[in-house]
Amino acid sequence: MNKDEYQKLVKKHEPQENKTQNALVAFLVGGLIGFMVEGIIQLLMGIFELSRVDASTWTCLIVIFIASLFTALGFFDNWMSKAKAGLLLPTTGFAHSVSSSALDYKKEGLITGLGANFFKLAGSVILFGILSAFVLVIVRVIMFG
Amino acid sequence: MIFLWAFIVAGLFCLVAQLILDNTKLTPGHITSMFTVLGAILGFFGVYDKLIKLAGGGASTIISNFGYLLYKGGIEGYQAKGILGIFTGILVNGGAAIVGAVVFAAILTIFFNPKD
Repeated sequence: MNKDEYQKLVKKHEPQENKTQNALVAFLVGGLIGFMVEGIIQLLMGIFELSRVDASTWTCLIVIFIASLFTALGFFDNWMSKAKAGLLLPTTGFAHSVSSSALDYKKEGLITGLGANFFKLAGSVILFGILSAFVLVIVRVIMFG
Repeated sequence: MIFLWAFIVAGLFCLVAQLILDNTKLTPGHITSMFTVLGAILGFFGVYDKLIKLAGGGASTIISNFGYLLYKGGIEGYQAKGILGIFTGILVNGGAAIVGAVVFAAILTIFFNPKD
């Protein structure tokens, strides 16, 4: 069998993922989270008379707590693989990455395990977020003063 | 109306992310980093402000909001204290998410073990 034939064979037996269905699920799950988050924000604004900014920050913390708790309870990994980008892109994905690496590396010790791997997945978000924000602020300051 | 836009905006972000995930070799790590940077860029062009006004929680729950908050913190810091303010200000708004994730994950790690 030559290389081309082999590649064809591999392609034929690759698991076929239904991309349209994945995209639809991601849209619905992501949309539902956006909808619920807006609901919690308005609830907090109504009950505690918070400003929208403060209510958003509280809601963000609540979402992070729920996602971390569900990860610790063990069923969030399953949800993540089903909902895909629908749970990855909201704050839930960030919280999940932190809490799952914290749990996974716990047994390897406090410093070399937990400490060294805490931001294993979320670290790139923080790194590139801060770097890009810094560069853009500098650009803006140079352009507009 | 804001609820409808919250659904549509958050949904569309996730839809685009899923399409990138399915049609390229990029990993979820790439996607979240890309969307964070995108948030900072949209903040730079003044688009994310409008998106938050339009969709409220729909825009503020997406990881791009983190990039936007970092950028906004840097700008506010610069206006208050100049160059030093950029360094001190970047994490002022976005820090809550990091601290929250660290504290909750650390507390939960004490009580739970990974399930297989």
